[in-house]
Amino acid sequence: MARTQDSTITKKLTRMNMLVSGAALLMACATFVTYDLFTFREAIVRNLSIQARVAGSNSVTALVFNDSHAAENTLSALKAAPNIVSAGIYSLDGQIFAAYRRDPNTQLPPFVSADQAETHLFKDGNVIVTNSIVFQGKPTGIVYIRSDLRTLNAQLRRYAIIAAVVLAASLWTALLLSSVFRRSITEPIVHLAEVARVVSRDKNYTVRATRPTGRDELSTLIESFNEMLVQIQERDGALQNARDQLEQRVDERTFQLAAANKELESFSYSVSHDLRAPLRSIDGFSQALLEDCTALLNDDGRAHLHRIRTATQRMGVMIDDFLNLARMTRAEIHIARVNVSSLARLITCELQNVEPQRQAEFRIEEGLETSADPRLLRLALENLLGNAWKFTSKRALSKIEFGTIHVNGTMAYFVRDNGAGFDPAYSDKLFGTFQRLHAATEFPGTGVGLATVQRIISRHGGRVWAEGAVEKGATFYFTL
Amino acid sequence: MGDSFILLVEDNPDDEALTVRALKKNKIVNEVVVARDGVQALDYLFGEGAYAGRDTKEMPQVVLLDLKLPKLDGLGVLRRLRADDRTRLLPVVILTSSNEEQDRINGYGLGANSYVRKPVDFDQFVAAAAQLGLYWLVLNEPPPGRA
Repeated sequence: MARTQDSTITKKLTRMNMLVSGAALLMACATFVTYDLFTFREAIVRNLSIQARVAGSNSVTALVFNDSHAAENTLSALKAAPNIVSAGIYSLDGQIFAAYRRDPNTQLPPFVSADQAETHLFKDGNVIVTNSIVFQGKPTGIVYIRSDLRTLNAQLRRYAIIAAVVLAASLWTALLLSSVFRRSITEPIVHLAEVARVVSRDKNYTVRATRPTGRDELSTLIESFNEMLVQIQERDGALQNARDQLEQRVDERTFQLAAANKELESFSYSVSHDLRAPLRSIDGFSQALLEDCTALLNDDGRAHLHRIRTATQRMGVMIDDFLNLARMTRAEIHIARVNVSSLARLITCELQNVEPQRQAEFRIEEGLETSADPRLLRLALENLLGNAWKFTSKRALSKIEFGTIHVNGTMAYFVRDNGAGFDPAYSDKLFGTFQRLHAATEFPGTGVGLATVQRIISRHGGRVWAEGAVEKGATFYFTL
Repeated sequence: MGDSFILLVEDNPDDEALTVRALKKNKIVNEVVVARDGVQALDYLFGEGAYAGRDTKEMPQVVLLDLKLPKLDGLGVLRRLRADDRTRLLPVVILTSSNEEQDRINGYGLGANSYVRKPVDFDQFVAAAAQLGLYWLVLNEPPPGRA
């Protein structure tokens, strides 16, 4: 069982863990940093405002006495705050009164409106705070302080570094932890997948997946999987057993069938040979009696002997028909293309040739072809058309039709005649062996023809049935 | 034709009587030698056993051979006849009740010259005997090499 270390599920789980913890950490860091930045900005503004107020208060006297020099002295104290870029005291009319510049090149706004007092403004990486100077409840002037944001930026950098370090450390810890927990999930799954692969590849139902310790869904899953394997194994065994038994039974039956067939064949052979021999004696010696002892017999005696001979010959024909029927049931079927129309035409021509004096009208559908055993199909058609021919013998004009119709979507062949027909009440007896619906004196026959037809058709997987009425003709249908 | 005779291999005395009668009715007066089983038929033809010393140069004009026979059946007889130079070309007509396809295939396969089925109807039997006699005793020229 080769274990795939880098299975997709392991990768997926790791990726998922990292993404989830990374996203959570990023959100947390971003929130903290944003909150702190806002607080810090407010603190800066508040600080500057205080400084502005202090500078303002200290400059009131100078403003009142119009001593700009003293005011500038006051402002220069701002040097202690390294972030203050510039500062200025403005008179109430907005004119600059005193100025402080860290860098002498720094420009101060030449005019600050009293409207701008008590505001702060972030502009070009600087923050500008403007405050009014109040003396004895009256506005006296305006103080302006501009500070850079270096402390803010430094703070931001610090935060960024801390966030990055925290993020990296957390992710690394998460990775370590997840690899520990992940194993408890992926290992059983990977193992299960491997076992399933072995089962489906080798059809080996004896293997089992190892259950992990503890009771969770995974352990239930593996337990169920193993139970399923047990059931499959049992069923597979039962199936194999059944198959073996079936094969054995088929062998037995085939053997029995072969034996039965052999027995039947030897029986048929005996019937054919041994049963006919005494008949031949009865007939032959009856004839000999008629010829040699005719003077000793009266008319009745001769009539009796004639009856004996007729019966004997009839039995001979019956034995032959019976044997033919048995032989046909056993005969192997050799399927080939058969032109049914030509076959029907050939048979009707033969029938007409035997009794050329009869008036007959044959209607045979053209172009009918099928796959069947040519010999057997010919025998079936000979019987059906022969019957039609026989049972129309008392008509001035025999009308015999062969064609096809569709019955419930299946094509059926039919042989229709205008002959003696039959009583539909007995139609189920038509196809029975040695069953006859007409007296032999009326129409000759042994009652094997239609039984033969039925066997031939059923051996082709088809069906045969008949419709008719007394003296209204008959129609025989068959499918193949 | 006086010296030509028929060998009838037939175990059923009724059939034998009827065959002889049918031949006679057709004015076939040739001698009919009857063998009751396959072994007897071979003994007769090869001059062995009970027929030791028979002049085997005298062969029947035709052998009428039944298939179902005691001891050795008709096909066995035929096989032995065809395997022996003396009787390899001897005309053999299988005359039997059987109409089994397999019998016909085997009969012709072993070299029978003809296969005739005995009809139940005696009139037909007589007609068949007439044709057989006419053909094999009159029309058919026997193979050369006979005395």
